[in-house]
Amino acid sequence: MKRSELLSRILITVAIVGAVGAPLLLWSRTPLIHAQMAENGGWSPDVIQAEVGKPIHLKLTSDDVMHGFAVGQMDMEAVDVEPGKVTDITLTFDKPGMYTFYCTRWCGLNHWRMRGTIEVSGSPSDPEPASIPLYVSLNLDVDTPHDASSIPIDQPSAIRGKELAAELPADLSVEYYLSHSPYQVFEDLSNTSLTDSKRWDMVAYIWQSNTTKESLANGKQLYAQNCAACHGENGAGNGVFVDDLKAAGDSSAQTMAGAQDMQMQTPANFTDPTRMLGGSPALLQGKILRGGMGTGMPMWGSIFTKEQIWNLIAYIYSFQFQYRN
Amino acid sequence: MAKIELTRSPLIKNVMKSRYPQLAVFIVMLVGYIFAILAGLIGTPVGSHNFSIVFVWIAWWAVLILVAVPFFGRGWCAVCPIPLPGEWLQRGAVLSPPEKRPKWLNLRVPKMFRNIWLQNISFLLLALFSSVLLTTPNITGIVLTAMLFAAIGLSTIFERRAFCRYLCPVGGFIGLYSQVAPIELRIKDKQICVKCEGKPCYNGSQAGYGCPWDVFPGGLAKNTYCGLCMECIRTCPHDNIAINLRSFSADLARPSTRMDEAFKAFIMLGSAMIYAGVLLGPWGVFKDAAYNVGTSAWFVYAIIFLSIIFVILPGFFTLGILRTKSALPLKQRFASLATALIPLGLMFWVAFSLSFVLTNASYILAALSDPLGLGWNLFGTANATWQPMLTSILAPAQTLALVGGLIWSARTAQKAADEVKISSIPVIVYCLIVTSVMLWLLL
Repeated sequence: MKRSELLSRILITVAIVGAVGAPLLLWSRTPLIHAQMAENGGWSPDVIQAEVGKPIHLKLTSDDVMHGFAVGQMDMEAVDVEPGKVTDITLTFDKPGMYTFYCTRWCGLNHWRMRGTIEVSGSPSDPEPASIPLYVSLNLDVDTPHDASSIPIDQPSAIRGKELAAELPADLSVEYYLSHSPYQVFEDLSNTSLTDSKRWDMVAYIWQSNTTKESLANGKQLYAQNCAACHGENGAGNGVFVDDLKAAGDSSAQTMAGAQDMQMQTPANFTDPTRMLGGSPALLQGKILRGGMGTGMPMWGSIFTKEQIWNLIAYIYSFQFQYRN
Repeated sequence: MAKIELTRSPLIKNVMKSRYPQLAVFIVMLVGYIFAILAGLIGTPVGSHNFSIVFVWIAWWAVLILVAVPFFGRGWCAVCPIPLPGEWLQRGAVLSPPEKRPKWLNLRVPKMFRNIWLQNISFLLLALFSSVLLTTPNITGIVLTAMLFAAIGLSTIFERRAFCRYLCPVGGFIGLYSQVAPIELRIKDKQICVKCEGKPCYNGSQAGYGCPWDVFPGGLAKNTYCGLCMECIRTCPHDNIAINLRSFSADLARPSTRMDEAFKAFIMLGSAMIYAGVLLGPWGVFKDAAYNVGTSAWFVYAIIFLSIIFVILPGFFTLGILRTKSALPLKQRFASLATALIPLGLMFWVAFSLSFVLTNASYILAALSDPLGLGWNLFGTANATWQPMLTSILAPAQTLALVGGLIWSARTAQKAADEVKISSIPVIVYCLIVTSVMLWLLL
């Protein structure tokens, strides 16, 4: 074989091996966490290992639409995960345990199912005993209907209620507020001489006095980011996903328990007084923390902190009560 | 315009004659092609950030349809990497002269396939799946791989470049439109070829291989089937091969008489119009149908697509020329006058391509720096944002291309009609109508 032929064959072989080998090598050395809509598989991988105190560097990319990434119960800014691009993030965990990471962009109907876990190993420096949520210690059945037997004619006003503050019973503790529905408090106030509408105003005032402007603002923000897609910006249960949820319910109704499933796919309407005034903050805590069994309502216990859940609950009641002029 | 023989320049001639510059280009192209396959298969599934989609369907397509075909004819075929592995395998060599006995089966392609109908079909197959193919990297990777292996397979069964000549989905239209390019490979003196013994340009010699495109250069009258591989420049013992600069569309002065080529003109004209409507138009229902391959909506789309190309466009054309007075049979009139659609079809594709190329060209920068979507930033351009380019000149440029194409086709129609002695008016009216439809679709 002539030298030129041999050289050209070597050159071609090297070029082909290089063209195949180099990208494969670099590709195999770049582990990426892929985000896809939940119906296409969600996060891949969806379990990440980490160690307490050791920063982990994650490279995130989206294979379809815009997603977001955040870790539940962790003080961090969510980052966007853009299609075809790579987002770098470094996380450090100071406590061991199971953390949930989740999508923060409304990527699709099953956005809420886009979750994964980070298993953080290591010895706890500051062991924290687990506390039992209030709705559990009160033994509340989160799934039974809890409608109020009567509802106010006009929206209860905390401003008007404040003027009646002198007539408030003295023993209104935080625990009392948390464990009673507005309707139960309204009933408890029946031994006063106030009219129904004034009693409702007083209930509104009690609810307002158990929260702060900051809590409401935080609750509003959490609501807008996480709840409004289904429950609607104004709480009316008419978020942007509602039509799709109904369609999904309709199709599941053909094979499952029929109308019941469709009903379950309808997000709660927080502007409905019968529903909202009949539920206590502890009951709502259960619904948010645990999620709605068999419904589209996801569990948020691994994502929100306790404080965030109470802030959210305080905000959800604001759809019923007038707190400001 | 008189022809200018470019190969008179010793530099050009030597570059063409030597195998080394071509080999260098081949290796670069092959590496790029293999990288595109790999990017499609292992890179991000997001098409706009994957090298395979951005470099094949945006960058390569732009270069092909806006520059290579109109100005260099089969210039792309001259550097295309797809046939190379098969051809090297077939020859058993990269540079060495051919052996006496062929290494493989070396069969002749059956006569019934020695036309461009298979290319018409392969183009239409890709065209019907194009919405998915053009946006899904792994499908692009698979199709590019399939073409590479089809070329290798055909090289081991048949003689010469059977894939390029008879199957390549883009080769058919490149050949058709190469007739308008201002560049050609031709012999200098026919008498030399007539007297030439052994015809090494076709049969090969120690200096090189017989024409891989199965063309006898001595009989070349149009660019359609000359792949500009330069093999005949190397094998001609009489230095009788020239690369000429010539006037645009010189080949169209002699209209085609072949139905496969005539239908190719309709396939290209029709698919440019359908793409303009489906991919660029405001009708979501068409886009969905084109994208959801395998659904009933897609089948309806496919039927409409094929009906426009095989029934509606040629049907109206036939109706138009039916009453022209001529002694020629209708089939021959049809084939000859369809030649007039070649410049128009090319300009339809130019106008359509301008739209999506200028819209998407900015993806090239990002894909260059991060070709697999792995977060690399090789040239510092990974974060270049998507930005449509030259939007203000898009509509005028498209209008210019379409109106220019119409005038060009009208003149071609006149010449073709003169050649077969019939009236060109029905063809010119036909061109006017389809151009108006295309203008409406694009603007």
